[in-house]
Order: sequence, then C-alpha cells, then structure tokens
Amino acid sequence: MKPLLLWSDLLIYLLVLMLCLFFLRLRGDPQTREHWRRVFSTRLGMVTFTLILVYVGIALLDSLHFRRALEPVEGTQSTERFYDNQVTSALDVMLAGMGERFERTYSSPFALISFAKENMKDENGALYRDFPQLEHAGRHLATPADRWTDVLKKSITALIWGLLISAVVVGMQWAFLRRSSLPWYASWLTQTAVICLAVWLVLISPYYHVLGTDRGGADVAYQSIKGVRTAVLLGTLATLIMLPIAVTLGVMAGYFKGRVDDVVQYLYTTMSSIPGILLIAASVLLFQVYIDLHPDFFSTGMEKADARFIALCFILGVTSWSSLCRLIRGETLKISQLEFVQAAHAFGVSHSRIVTRHILPNVVHIILITFVLDFSSLVLAEAVLSYIGVGIDPAMGSWGNMINSARSELSREPVVWWTLSGAFFFMFVLVLAANLFADLVRDAFDPRTGSRVATA
Amino acid sequence: MTARSSVLMQVHNLRVKGLETGATILNGVSFELKAGEIFALVGESGSGKSVTSLAAMRLLPAALVITGGEVRVADLDLFELPEADMQTVRGERVAMIFQNAMSALNPVQTVGEQVAETLRLHTSLRGSALRQRVLQLFAEVGIKSPSERYSFYPHQLSGGQQQRVMIAMALACEPDILIADEPTTALDVTIQQQVLALIKGLTRSRQLAVLLITHDMSVVRNTADEVAVMYRGEIIEQAAVDAFFRNPKEAYSRRLIEALPNLADFHSAFEGEALLELDDVKVHFPIRKGILQRISDYVRAVDGVSLSIGRGETYALVGESGSGKSTLGRAILNLDRISAGNITFQGVPIHSLNRRALLPYRKKIQVIFQNPFSSMNPRLTLREIIYEGVDSLMNLSGTEREQRITVLLDRVQLGAEFSQRYPHELSGGQLQRVAIARALAVEPELIICDEPTSALDVSIRAEVLELLQELQSEFGVSYLFITHDLSIVPGLAHRVGVMQSGRLVEQGTAEEILTRPQHPYTQALLASVPRVDAAESTDSTGE
Repeated sequence: MKPLLLWSDLLIYLLVLMLCLFFLRLRGDPQTREHWRRVFSTRLGMVTFTLILVYVGIALLDSLHFRRALEPVEGTQSTERFYDNQVTSALDVMLAGMGERFERTYSSPFALISFAKENMKDENGALYRDFPQLEHAGRHLATPADRWTDVLKKSITALIWGLLISAVVVGMQWAFLRRSSLPWYASWLTQTAVICLAVWLVLISPYYHVLGTDRGGADVAYQSIKGVRTAVLLGTLATLIMLPIAVTLGVMAGYFKGRVDDVVQYLYTTMSSIPGILLIAASVLLFQVYIDLHPDFFSTGMEKADARFIALCFILGVTSWSSLCRLIRGETLKISQLEFVQAAHAFGVSHSRIVTRHILPNVVHIILITFVLDFSSLVLAEAVLSYIGVGIDPAMGSWGNMINSARSELSREPVVWWTLSGAFFFMFVLVLAANLFADLVRDAFDPRTGSRVATA
Repeated sequence: MTARSSVLMQVHNLRVKGLETGATILNGVSFELKAGEIFALVGESGSGKSVTSLAAMRLLPAALVITGGEVRVADLDLFELPEADMQTVRGERVAMIFQNAMSALNPVQTVGEQVAETLRLHTSLRGSALRQRVLQLFAEVGIKSPSERYSFYPHQLSGGQQQRVMIAMALACEPDILIADEPTTALDVTIQQQVLALIKGLTRSRQLAVLLITHDMSVVRNTADEVAVMYRGEIIEQAAVDAFFRNPKEAYSRRLIEALPNLADFHSAFEGEALLELDDVKVHFPIRKGILQRISDYVRAVDGVSLSIGRGETYALVGESGSGKSTLGRAILNLDRISAGNITFQGVPIHSLNRRALLPYRKKIQVIFQNPFSSMNPRLTLREIIYEGVDSLMNLSGTEREQRITVLLDRVQLGAEFSQRYPHELSGGQLQRVAIARALAVEPELIICDEPTSALDVSIRAEVLELLQELQSEFGVSYLFITHDLSIVPGLAHRVGVMQSGRLVEQGTAEEILTRPQHPYTQALLASVPRVDAAESTDSTGE
C-alpha cells in the first residue's frame, strides 16, 4: 500500500486547518462570539451546521488516498513492487468495496435483474433474450420473492446497529454538553439520522444496489457519495482563491481611492463584462490541452483528473471575485470616512495598521456571508459546467457529471431516473443546508438585521 | 389665556410596555390638545415622547404594546376603532410630520404630485382644481413661486423647503390636529425659526391643536402655549409656558432650562503667543466631468480663511452646515489637502510636510468628533482605543503606559474599570469622555473639537463642556471649537469666528460678536439663539 497525496488532498487539509485557526482567532472577539452564539442558538443553525460537517467529514475521509500494492505475479523474481493504477481512499475502505461491485449496465434500485435485455444461452446452448441476473445483487436470496422481506429484515438490523452507535456517539457528547444552553439535541437528532442512514447503507449495499447502477454498471449510491468531496472542495477552494483577490483589491480601492480605485474598477468592470461561462470554458479547454500534451507529468488517471479539477477551482475563483470586490470596496469607502478612521489618521497610525485594525475587522461580516453564500452557488456552477462538458474530469466522481449523463437517460423509455435522483438528493441536502446556514450567518452578522434576529 | 378654546384630543392614562422585555415605556401619560394651541412635550432621548405620539395614533412598532389608557379625538375612542376607520382618522383628522422630511418624501415623485396624491385619496378634487388646491397649500406654507416648485423633486429642495412640503401634505386634508415630532431638529438654526413660525402661524389661522414633540427648550420657549416635561415615561411637570419658565417646579425641569446658555457671561479677551496660524487657507475639491474625468470646476469648501489661535485659548468657529467649518478642521489635521495658503503650527508650516515628518505634529494636534458612536471602532476595547495614539506617537515604558490609562479615565470621571469595556456598552456622554481621554492621551497642545456636544442630550452637554474647560485650565491646551450653536459660545470661547460659505465673515472676541455683531449673517444667527431671560420679549401669544 502506498499513500498518495494528491494536490487537492493537500489543499483540503490545509483549508480545514486554516478555517479552524480562523475560527479560533475569532473566538477572541466577544462580539463575534456573540454573533456565532446567535447562529447556533437556533435549531436550524445546529441541524444545518451538523449536516455541513457531515459533508466535510466525508470529503476529508475521501481525501486520504493510497494505491494498493499489487500481488507479485507468480514466477517473476522482481523485488520491485507494483501498485494498482486505481486510487483508493479511506472512504472506499469504509464503504466496504461498494465501488467495486460493477454490473454490466443500468439496473434500477433494489433490482435483482438488469435493466436491459441481453442475449444469453440456456443449458442447451440455445440463444434467448432476457433480463440477466445481476452479479452483486440478491445472489444470497433463495427465491426472488423473498427480496422485500429480506430488505426489511436487513433494514431493521441496520437500524438497531445505527441506534446503538448513535447512542454511544451522542452519549459521549451529552456527557460534556448537557449543561450548555445551545439546542444540542437538534444536532444529536441529525447525527442519529445520519449515522443510521450510513450504517444502513454500508450493511445493505453488499446485497443490493440501493440507488441502482448507471450506464457503466457502477453503483449510483457510491458515485453520489464520491461526488461529495468534489463539491465540498470545489465550493471552498474556489471561494478561498477568490477571497484574497477580492478583499485585497476591494480594500485597496476603497481605502486609497484615486488612481488605485480607477484601476481596480476598470479591472472588475472588464471582468464582469465577459460572459462567465465562455471565459471558464475557454480556460478549462486550454488547460486540458496542456494536460494532454504532457502525459508524463501524471502517473495515474486520478492525478490527471485532479490537476484539471484544481485548475477548474482556480479558474472559477479568478473569474468570480468582482461582485465581492465591489461590495468590499463600497463598505471600505464608507468605513474609511467614519470618524474612528479619521481619528486614527490624526494619531498618525500607519496605513497597514489602519487597514488591519479598523477596516478589515469591520468588513469581516461581508466576507463571511459571501463565503457561505458563494459556496452553494459554486456547487451548482460545477453541475452546470460539467453539464456543458467543461467541468470535472469524468474520471472523478461529480454530481455535475451524473446530471450530465441524465440528459440521455431521461429521454429513455422506461425512464432511468435514479442517477439524477441520487445526485440531486445529495446536492440538494448540501446546498439547502449551506443556504439556510448562510441565511442565519447573514442575519447574525449583518448589522442591519442584527436586532431583528435577537428575538427570533 | 385660551381657556375657552375647545379640547380636540384627550390622552388619558396611556400605558405602553415592551413586548419582550416587559419594561414600562409609558407610565400613565395624560394630556389634552386644545384648538389653536401648541402643546409641547419635552424630554431627552428615550424619555418616551415619540412613543406617546405613535401610541396615540396606534402606529407603535411591533415590539411595543399598549397596555392601558384611552385616546379620544372629539367623540371617538381611538383604541375602540377598527383599523379601517383608524386610517381615516389618521389622514383626515390627525396629521403627522416627522423630523426627517427627506426620507418621508418619495424621491422619484415630484413634490406637487405627492401632495396631489394625498388630496386625491381624501377629497373629490381632480384635474386643474386639484392642482390649484396644491398651489394654494404651497403658498400657505410659504413656498415661494409654488407653480414652479410643483414639478420639483424632493432633492432639489432645501431641508426647510422639504419640511414645508411635508406640512402642506399634512394640511391637505384639513386636519384638526397636527402632531409634529421634532420637526426642526434636522434643520439649521435660522431655518428652524422660520419653520416654527410657520407652524405657529398655521395653529392660529386654522385653529389647529398641535402636539409638538421636541428635546429643545428654546423651541418650547418660542412656540408653545403649554408644556409637559417627560422623564422616563411619565409627565413629571405640566404648566403654561410662561409659568413654567418663570418657576419650574421639578429639579429635572430646572436642569433642562439651565442647560440654556447665559448670554451675559464672557471670557475675557485672550493675550498670548500664537500656537496655530492660518493664512488665507483654501480647500477646493475638484468636480470631475466626462469620460476623461477632466476637472471642470471646484467646490470651494474653504475659501481664504485666516485666523490664529493662542496657547490656552479657545477659538469658536461658528456656522451652519455646509459653511466649511468642519473641512477647515480636517485641513488643519491634514486629513484634507489645502489648495492654497499656509497653516503654521509653532512657526512650522505643517501643510507641506509628508506623512513621516508630520508625526511629531500629529501628537500636538488632536481631534474630538461629533458622533461618539462612530468615532470609535466598535470592535476594540476602550483600552485599545485609548492606546492607539499612544502606541503610534509616543515611546512609553510598560508601567508608564499602564498608569496613563488609569489617570486618564479617572480624569474624565469614568474610572479605570471601564478600560476593558466595548464602546457599545457606554452611553453617548460616557463615550464622548472616552474620546476626550483618547485625545488627551498623547498630550496635545491643540484639540480640534468638531461639534463635540451636538449629538448629546442637553443635560449631558453642559457636563462635557465643563470637563473641557477644566482640562484647559489644567493642561493649558488650546481648542478650536467647531459648532453651529452660538448659544454654547459664551462662557467657553475667548474668540469667535463666523463662517459662511467657506469664508470667515466676521471674527472677534466672544463679547464683541455676541453683543455687537456687525455682519448681517452673524445677526441672523444670533437672532435664532434662544434666550432664557427673554420671558418678557417673547411675542405675545393670546391674539
């Protein structure tokens, strides 16, 4: 087994570390702490934040990559070890080989037979056409009629296991947090639901394809879960690439005014007058050409896909800073006219100190709100880009690619609805949670709405 | 004198509570409004005077509830009426005008149209008759050339004109009762007088019953017939205006009246070396036009001002908003570049110094701003706020630094325990003390006070001014005192300069300016200053 650190893995861990440090630092400021308290004192805040954390957790697990060592081929005396070209992650291990149970093509959820008829030979060698049995579904059943009782039995077992594990997990938290005034029980209920679902999925997936299989016979549930990492990483990474550009330029334009302001305004008006999709598509295609011309840079397909993915994040980040920049410029203009900044000037405080001490802390709420709001829009943008074929590399699981494939599936008769549904469900939960959370954050941090939420 | 006039509105034992907090906002407020009389409700911010009017009109924000009492307009009990009838009462029987006319007017509709709209709702006037009625109203409220102003948008009118439009709109439906909530607070003093005179005239000519809500004793003195003082949700004293000013019964009322200045007590003229000298200072802001942003003209904010301030002297710079007095203050602080002239401090021309060379002078010239809430970063503790200048301009050892904050906070009567608090935990008066402490922290020789008391309640105003004067005699610091309010000048300033549209129209000792003003503008300013001792000279009200 050889650990493999993809660039995006490195970035995601770096990101999580940075975010943790950022929040730790914010704790020092009692006003910010009060705001966060306001976010988490609502049940909705607790539930959505728990869900977001679950997604981030899945993404983190899915970012521990390694390549399996291949068994030495019999007879060769080579001491050199070879590794699988297929990259595996810790999440794959936890899902117990869910991604390795391929069928030949489509099959519907909980199906025992394939979705399409195939030519088969009976014992006598006569050719006939029928739905073939699936390789990895329902093989343990005596008769197909037992299927639903079997599913029910397995579900109940899974539920009991799930509740047991939840009891342990929640119990530990309860021991520490029962005196807290925050509505932790909302989070615990969410955790219980998520744990039960996860346990059920892991226990039942060796026997059935819960969400069916796609055109290539891959398990849809597995692919949907693999899409989590892509979405979470893209959402945060693109935003974090965009943030420093937007904040630096915005603050500079608003604070120094004059020529600096002219240049920055010129930049973002030019930027926002180019059709976004076109710009992104062109950049992605350019980078794709570069990848194709230098195959020796990447030892596995996964690394190639990863490079394209990071390029996409980068391009999305670089092309989407203008709106935040505009917001921050306006706010900085306003703040730099306030009397406390004037007083600082009168005290001869240096520019850099004024910016870090007086301006930045007072635009943090905008940055934070944008970060959370943009997250969900970027996840959706990924789906759109993959749909028009300039998004994530198909080798890397992504909801956009799944939705893209649904284009042809939805026009079939009978319709293949589960690929789209799987991607939709996972994306819907994430985007809804992120949006609701963003609303709460905005209500708590935006000074204009502050008093209104205080009573909610 | 108007005892025979009929009572139009009765408020009896009005009680209001906060819905969430349960705090009592109004505790049994009772009064009567009589036709042809102005009833003034006076109090400082938070005393419940605006809540009284909103509650009476059933317009309270959702966080407050009426818990008891009765409001009668003629024979109607307002709290018993269905909401639809209440609407009619609000439009046709009771009209309201507010402090900020600009935000009460729709910016995308002409003022004539807006008044016409009100008339259309409540009367059957249409077409040219409607227009005639609007013009008639405009003329009545003293808007010059009404037919021309009819098609003006709100932003094309001055603050006083906007308030007149508001009054015209209020009068459009011939109400019996007018509620005026701080109608002149946002206006300059000279215009304030005109609007008040208008309200007073209309009260007499239309036999209106007016409820005038204000924090300003001088407004009461000059306009009202009867006055009630509100304090923490209760009316603590109610009397006819003359009797009230002659003999206030409550200590609090006395304090409010005493906050009015005594125009007879002057500082003696000042002799001493000049600390700061301005010589023909001009601050012009370019107006840029066109694609190439060519400079087409200049806003002449300060246009040739020369003055000098001595060590330990207070120079009051008086003028209305837009006269350039604040810009001059900013120019001295080098926050705005001057376009021409010289600013010399202790003989050194400081306007041409660069950022670094200016640092030693930054320490010597400090500033206190008008609004204490925006002059402090809400995210820093008072300690950090006060140390900002100290750390940037002085090299102090650890213990000196520690001592300084204790001494300073004590000196401004706050106490060292405040050092860890955040600005939002303090009241306006306390914050202004912190601002003074912050300026003093670097041991300045000149402090520019930009309207330091105008955002404060009257009773606190006197304390802050007193503190500033104490500090002057203690540290020998000079003040450039920028204000629009001539009434605080005596007893504070040694010399006075009067500014109008960027020019210093008159300057001299405080006594000269206040007793023998030469320039017509100074005379106009002075005429609008309220006087306590003017009980005899107020125009008679019982005609």
